[in-house]
Amino acid sequence: MFEAFYRSGKSLLNTSPLIIGTVLLVSMVSVLIPKSFYSVVFSGSVIFDSLLGSLVGSISAGNPVTSYIFGGEFLSQGVSLIAVTAFLVAWVTVGFVQLPAESAILGRKFAVLRNFLSFVFAIIVALVSVFILEVLGWV
Amino acid sequence: MGLRLREIPKSWYFLFFVLIAYAVLFFVDFSLFVLVFNFFLDILVKILPVFILVFILMGLTNYLISPRFLMRHLGGRGFKKWFFVVIGGILSTGPIYMWYPLLADLRKKGLRFGLIACFLYNRAIKIPLLPVAFLYFGWRYVLVLSFVMIFASVFQGILLDRIINGKGGVK
Repeated sequence: MFEAFYRSGKSLLNTSPLIIGTVLLVSMVSVLIPKSFYSVVFSGSVIFDSLLGSLVGSISAGNPVTSYIFGGEFLSQGVSLIAVTAFLVAWVTVGFVQLPAESAILGRKFAVLRNFLSFVFAIIVALVSVFILEVLGWV
Repeated sequence: MGLRLREIPKSWYFLFFVLIAYAVLFFVDFSLFVLVFNFFLDILVKILPVFILVFILMGLTNYLISPRFLMRHLGGRGFKKWFFVVIGGILSTGPIYMWYPLLADLRKKGLRFGLIACFLYNRAIKIPLLPVAFLYFGWRYVLVLSFVMIFASVFQGILLDRIINGKGGVK
């Protein structure tokens, strides 16, 4: 049990520079970049915004917590929930950075296809999730 | 002997570069620096208590779930197989590349590509990190998103099997 918690503590400690760095970066970006910038990039179009969100999430990598921090701040800057959801899902399901390792061990066809499908599914998951949330009146 | 540059983890480089940007801002525009730093403190105060919970959940998951434990349960049949793959993906810990050799081994033993994809997709749902997700997006959003992602993972697995193995899907 001690070993398990020791490993968890070590893992958290190892990611702490990344998390603190991300919070610092997000704080700087949030203050320095005006809200109008986001409204220009994310046009409000459901398809374009979700595609853009998925694309940004796909090329990003790192701890999911980092994506939560970014996603949360995107939301507060006025970016649509669909775009943020596509971003969050793509961040954790599409792994361009791990693609070479995945290809080498599990096969190129599988790795490319899985990542491509994950990219497309990030958009579908975002659309379906936000639709359900709206139907339930939870947003 | 001092720490060699190559021994420093990459995450520290990232923090170092961000701190340089803060130092530049400090000298260029101090009032803006104060604004940015207060924003940083606000976020930090908000997320720090949650990380205590994350630590406890991570410890428990590490203690209870091991690759050997998962391997024992990934061999079910039909619906049961998908169920265990989903649960396995959610409960698996550590970096993704740590799981590639195990999955490759399971593939050799007959585990379908679709099930492997499903496992990898569900690694996106991390129980220890849920408190942080709740903090930013609320439990209702996280609940709906998690359920949709679980369904999507199974659907993606079936689709991937069909594309790789042809019409029947199963090989």
